[in-house]
Amino acid sequence: MDFSGAFSWVNIRFLLEGLWVTVQVAGISIVLSFIIGGLIGLVRFAKIPYLSKIVGLYVEVIRNLPLLLIIFFTYFALPQIGIRFDIFWSAIVALTIFESAMLSEIIRGGLNAVPNGQMEAARSTGLSYGQGLWYILIPQGLKKMLPPIVSQFIALIKDTSLAVIIALPEVTHHAKIIYGQSTNYVLPMFVAMTLLYFLVCYALSLVAKQLELRFK
Amino acid sequence: MLQLFMDHSGEFLEGLKYTLLSSVIALIFSLIIGILIAIFQISHSKPLRIVAKIYVEFFRNIPLLIIAMFFYVVVPMFWFKLDGFTAGTIGLTIYTSAFIAETIRAGILAVPPGQLEAARSSGFSYVQAMWYIVLPQAIKIVIPPLGNQFINLIKNSSILAVVTGLDLMYQGDLIASATFNTFDTYMIVALLYLILTLPLSIIMNRLEKKFAVNG
Repeated sequence: MDFSGAFSWVNIRFLLEGLWVTVQVAGISIVLSFIIGGLIGLVRFAKIPYLSKIVGLYVEVIRNLPLLLIIFFTYFALPQIGIRFDIFWSAIVALTIFESAMLSEIIRGGLNAVPNGQMEAARSTGLSYGQGLWYILIPQGLKKMLPPIVSQFIALIKDTSLAVIIALPEVTHHAKIIYGQSTNYVLPMFVAMTLLYFLVCYALSLVAKQLELRFK
Repeated sequence: MLQLFMDHSGEFLEGLKYTLLSSVIALIFSLIIGILIAIFQISHSKPLRIVAKIYVEFFRNIPLLIIAMFFYVVVPMFWFKLDGFTAGTIGLTIYTSAFIAETIRAGILAVPPGQLEAARSSGFSYVQAMWYIVLPQAIKIVIPPLGNQFINLIKNSSILAVVTGLDLMYQGDLIASATFNTFDTYMIVALLYLILTLPLSIIMNRLEKKFAVNG
């Protein structure tokens, strides 16, 4: 079998274009879900009456649904009630909804792991609750949270591949188009896709491990 | 929404059946493979440790979709035919086993080494010490994260929809495109998934708290 044609310049460029879309979608989703997940985690940690409970219910529901369903829902069901995103933003919205719920749990857990006395001490030295959170609890909690947060980002990058079902033109989708042209291209394209994801995700997992060692 | 469910209840329940079936099969096999890989990882043989490490790192760092599509597209092309359900379930098993291996390895390592030593010095053999002293403690540590892996497994089984695996997500997709009522269809699918995952999630939260107190 002749595999040589698979990696023509045109095909490589096409794959890299896909990678660029993956990077954009993952990058934007990481930033958005970190911000939203952080806010949700703080609200749940602060135990604000009613609000924390409602947000907690939301997180539990989202965390227990498949991401694939949320992607389908965002792209196919929301237009029925008048909310419309294009493919690119549907993928980002769905990923952000799902991953921010996951991240909020990590952040809440990290804050809970800081001993109670820290906040009490901060309050008794005259800091406000907000100051205590920002200057005392968050810096300490962050050490516990960072490694699982990076792991969650790895999961997010892998999860962008699911957007192939709404034809987001990312790596997996472009690889599919290329191997659709010839059966000779199937195996090379699978190797190429696997390598691209593996290199990005493995590099990040090493970062997570380093962080874990440093903060221990 | 109720009307839609009534009209298509057969398909929804059929999908639910395949989702459950795939999850249970994948759970059993990924537990077996995961435990084996975990034992390899803490064994004294270097080649075994290296093989186990490559397995875990490789499959944890590539998308489940690629593994499932490999069995759906590549394997039938070069080796033997697989239907969507089988291909998806094999992919799910391999992917999950890598995560389970890590969970179990961490659980065994979390039991203080003094426990094994103390058991040995009071006359237990290595196997007895592992069986009566180390494993019961490791299981306590491992059960909550394993439960979370099972929840992930159920959610991830929706990957079957991409490889025509007849599962809940797949049926929902068919119903949505037949009725054009996407909103209600996906709402029903969501509720059916929650019926499977939410009770598990609540049980796991309880267990986590209980084991944390007993420490």
